[in-house]
Amino acid sequence: MPDSSTQPTVSVEIPTALRPQVSDQASIDVAGATVGEVLGKLRDDHPEFGTKLYKTKTDLNRFINIYLNDEDIRFLENLETPVKAGDHLAIVPAIAGG
Amino acid sequence: MSYVKSLRGKESGVDYPIEPRTICDADFGPVEVTYDYDAMRGKVTRESIEAGPRSLWRYRDLLPIAGEPRAGLHSGWTPLVRADRLAKHLGVDELYIKDDSANYPSFSYKDRVVAVAVTKAVEFGFDTVGCASTGNLAHSVSAHAAAAGLDACVMVPHDLEAGKMVGMNVFGPRVVRIAGNYDDVNRLCSQIADKYNWAIVNVNLRPFYTEGAKTHGFEIAEQLGWRLPKHTVVPVAGGTILPKIWKAYREFITLGLVEDNRPAMYGAQAAGCDPIVTALEEGEDLFRPQKPDTIAKSIAIGNPADGYYVLQNIRESGGHGASATDPDILAAIELLAEHEGIFTEPAGGTTLACAIKLIQSGRIPRDEPICVCITGNGLKTLEAMDGRFTENQAIPAKIADFDRLIQAGNADSSALTPPPKSTLSEPTHA
Repeated sequence: MPDSSTQPTVSVEIPTALRPQVSDQASIDVAGATVGEVLGKLRDDHPEFGTKLYKTKTDLNRFINIYLNDEDIRFLENLETPVKAGDHLAIVPAIAGG
Repeated sequence: MSYVKSLRGKESGVDYPIEPRTICDADFGPVEVTYDYDAMRGKVTRESIEAGPRSLWRYRDLLPIAGEPRAGLHSGWTPLVRADRLAKHLGVDELYIKDDSANYPSFSYKDRVVAVAVTKAVEFGFDTVGCASTGNLAHSVSAHAAAAGLDACVMVPHDLEAGKMVGMNVFGPRVVRIAGNYDDVNRLCSQIADKYNWAIVNVNLRPFYTEGAKTHGFEIAEQLGWRLPKHTVVPVAGGTILPKIWKAYREFITLGLVEDNRPAMYGAQAAGCDPIVTALEEGEDLFRPQKPDTIAKSIAIGNPADGYYVLQNIRESGGHGASATDPDILAAIELLAEHEGIFTEPAGGTTLACAIKLIQSGRIPRDEPICVCITGNGLKTLEAMDGRFTENQAIPAKIADFDRLIQAGNADSSALTPPPKSTLSEPTHA
């Protein structure tokens, strides 16, 4: 496991509906080299939230969309997408419309 | 009386009270209204429904409202057209068009979902309603909000058709154009719903809103003489309407109002935005989102929130899906207009074009009843038809000039109807 002190820190935006599982924080700063590492750390730090964020140990819940700086990570490299200091990660539940 | 039981996490099964709610806390999945079907038996009957108003509210026992309807009193009950001329052209025995291009007041299927959502907004005491929209929903929300005396704030992509922009602006909502596609708008809207105490119909009123889409399916069944079409072809954008037509069919079967003829559902998408059809063809449970690029803007949703359930319901029903290119979509718009006198928008052209492909490929047999769901009106998307019709030179108001024009036209009739570049223009019957 790389030393987190050398890793970039990104802010992770938590939508209202999901905040109760993270002590009502609207945004959390997390260190990691990739989107997967950041979310993995979030899961480790907030196990109750983590069990909902992830469907299996490696796959995200299908009702959750993750955006890195406004781009859906499925258009990038998914959980392997590298992050840099100051990046913004948003967790957004899928919603309907048209 | 209301037969509503609860809001239930669709995956988790966790029950919640009837309240504005976007997702299930247990798994972040959708929540759905549940009903007491046992209590309905013997009370919700063909006769009780037929005695109701000629609007979608004739199905109010199967809709999640607590009191009287507060919006959309004239919405729904749109024509189910037996399309014999088009059926003959396509070489099929029994073809129906469920025509929501004639819906009231805003000429799309969205008047169904908004009638229910605005009624709930009033019940919950909201003073502002809003939505993320590709146009039709914003048009409908703006109209219903005006009629109900509520403020409206609607969010749309920046590049919508002029007819849709004027169509919503005339009702006086705050229209916010977003420099992005629908999926960007949708994401922003979920954040807005977090921050503002508004009824965003497709976010925090989503479980109620989506139930309104069932009435499209209820009407098909009732208007067909209390039976289900064997094959129903439905456009897929965010993925609301197909699962709800399926739910409507299942509810009528559960209540004994129609026979279970094992109806099959088919999804129609534009080739420039077909994540669901791609997943169907690749046998995947999950779709990959796409960046839309199609003339069918009202269904240009690359990340359909309910796409998972669309895939599930299509497979469960034994149906399939198809996608159509822009030239095929435009050709299908003209085919429907020329054979049935119905002018639909590109989403409707997509649905018909896909139905034709499914018939031609043998997925839909020619000798079983088919229903094509038309969800929007072509007068709102006139730009889509740009360049397809030549504007003839004006003639003097004299009979001699008219005679000359007709004679010239007879000599060269092709000048009046440029051939569309599509594979759909050929009659398909043997």
